[in-house]
Amino acid sequence: MSKQKQEFLEVRTGEHFTTGNHAAAEGALSVGCKFFGGYPITPSSEIAETMALRLPQLGGNFVQFEDEIASIVGILGASWGGVKSMTATSGPGYSLMVENIGLGMMTETPCVIINVQRGGPSTGLPTLVGQQDIMQTKWGAHGDFEPIVLCPNSVQECFELAIEAFNYAEKFRLPVTLLMDEVLGHMSERLIIPDASKITKIERKKPKDSPENHLPYKPDENLVPPMAVAGEGYRVMMTGLTHDERGYPDLNPETQDKQVRRINDKIRLNKKDIIRVEEYMLDDAEYAIISFGSVARAAKGTVNRARKKGIKVGLLRLITIWPFPDERIEALAKQVKKIYVPEINYGQITREVERSVHGKTEVKGIFKLGGAIHNPQEILKEIEGDA
Amino acid sequence: MTEDQNELLESEAHPLDGFLREGRIPHIFCPACSLGSITNVLIEAINESGIDPKKIAVVSGIGCTGRIAGYLNYDSFHTTHGRAIPFAIGLSVTDPERKVIVISGDGDLFAIGGNHFIHAARRNANITVICVNNFNYGMTGGQAGPTTYAGQFQTTAPYGSMEEPFNIPNLAVSCGAVYVARYTALDVRRVKEAFSEAIAKSGFSFVEVLGSCPTTYGRRNQLAEGKKILEVFAEKTILNHDADTRDIRIDKDSPIIVGKFVDIEDKPTLTDNLLAIQRVSQAKKGR
Repeated sequence: MSKQKQEFLEVRTGEHFTTGNHAAAEGALSVGCKFFGGYPITPSSEIAETMALRLPQLGGNFVQFEDEIASIVGILGASWGGVKSMTATSGPGYSLMVENIGLGMMTETPCVIINVQRGGPSTGLPTLVGQQDIMQTKWGAHGDFEPIVLCPNSVQECFELAIEAFNYAEKFRLPVTLLMDEVLGHMSERLIIPDASKITKIERKKPKDSPENHLPYKPDENLVPPMAVAGEGYRVMMTGLTHDERGYPDLNPETQDKQVRRINDKIRLNKKDIIRVEEYMLDDAEYAIISFGSVARAAKGTVNRARKKGIKVGLLRLITIWPFPDERIEALAKQVKKIYVPEINYGQITREVERSVHGKTEVKGIFKLGGAIHNPQEILKEIEGDA
Repeated sequence: MTEDQNELLESEAHPLDGFLREGRIPHIFCPACSLGSITNVLIEAINESGIDPKKIAVVSGIGCTGRIAGYLNYDSFHTTHGRAIPFAIGLSVTDPERKVIVISGDGDLFAIGGNHFIHAARRNANITVICVNNFNYGMTGGQAGPTTYAGQFQTTAPYGSMEEPFNIPNLAVSCGAVYVARYTALDVRRVKEAFSEAIAKSGFSFVEVLGSCPTTYGRRNQLAEGKKILEVFAEKTILNHDADTRDIRIDKDSPIIVGKFVDIEDKPTLTDNLLAIQRVSQAKKGR
């Protein structure tokens, strides 16, 4: 198909050579995203730029808001307007968004936030890589909620996990974060976009009852309530206050317990369906690396180098960061002598790994504080020191 | 009292049944608060607009006025503090036929949410924004706010505020709103008229309603008695549609200038512009 015609397709099937930012945007479009609200920030701006170019061609809307707060709230509004919506930002912008990610959690609003991480805190390293928003995506907003956060490590996966992010958002009714990093966002490599028929699209469940009998927050068996949106005659009632099944504010410990427990449990109890990891040469491994994002590419290089030297190292790559794959890591801890966690922060995932191994093996974090990914050789050196 | 009125008083039914959410009454508003009558005329204005109720959405932020959306039996959204306007924009652009009404307080819309207000007016977002200005933060116990005038006492202005208040209609005008009116809660007939006109308007329409808040504003400013604030409104209000909005700031001793200050036709809205962008972007499609 000619390039010109492809512009007007939701799914640009074929082989491309492009960046993670562009791939993530194309993933979002492929799964039917029709509204983007955002604010420029390095290193994520190419996502907004792609959406500004492509969304109108597909009958969607792009709004550049006045700040990140308006952006996240705008996409919540669009989601209640009945369309799949997203925003993209980096650490500082994500910080501004967290209160209203909490609103999305409390009101169970499907939407997607892409965070292309850079070095922090504060303005930090706008143009250079970081992995320092791990805890922000989990604990950023106040209150208890169980987020879903996906972490790609290739341009191809930026595309694929953008689709997954929307599917989880729609299936479980919550804001889902696609946690990229600057290296992935700006790196170019091959992207293969499959045929449109091969793309799995999950849509939010719609209520089957009549508007008169409808209880907007009465959950189905999987603890997720079907979602009526504005304009369907259900007289939607949405509030960030603690609310009962009618959606009415009901400010007491019982309703709070029931609601907050459920919005957490809908993820906790479905954890097995959500958690994804990649295992590389773990079967006979005596040492393991746990890694994620762009650093996992270096970690794979470390495994290959170590194996050539006869050291049995394997890699567990986290694709889902939250919910955290505690159980898989605990099993791994029983198998290996030591787990190495290279990450571009001062120990955010390392702490989670330490918690998960329950003292069954040694855990060593290998930290870079931002600006560069690890060299496979420097991870190897740590392992060689122990092997 | 007429026979009809007697019948109404004795009836179990209320004229607004069906427009208010069953089970949400009694409301949380204080005695002598004007939010009840404002809610009443808002419902009447929406109802008389003839717009399909399915196409109405009401959005508010946080605060006393922020509670109104939740009482109304339309698609209603109670968002976070200051963020009703961007939420309304997301709702509005996803259905060009949807009428989105934001109703919230002065602190919500002009302190924490001020940035959203000015940009929504600049973009001419196709929404109606109603601000009930009660000169203070009522819900949190009477703190000073962006409309608190110099010489006004509030819990966070125990020596009297020394700041200048926002002149809200002028702010709206200068940012490009296509409809700007201000009335007091005493004059519910004009408030309702303004609501009706604002709702019928295409683009960013804005109504400021000066509300009566005896509980947290009145009692610190010798206006505690039930209807005292309304009496002050009656005394100080001057109707002047032609007023220059630069001159209508409300100070301690100033008159209260009310009226319809701006009513512009045919300015493209944010929604119009987004649809135009879609057309431009798709122009090459068939080639």
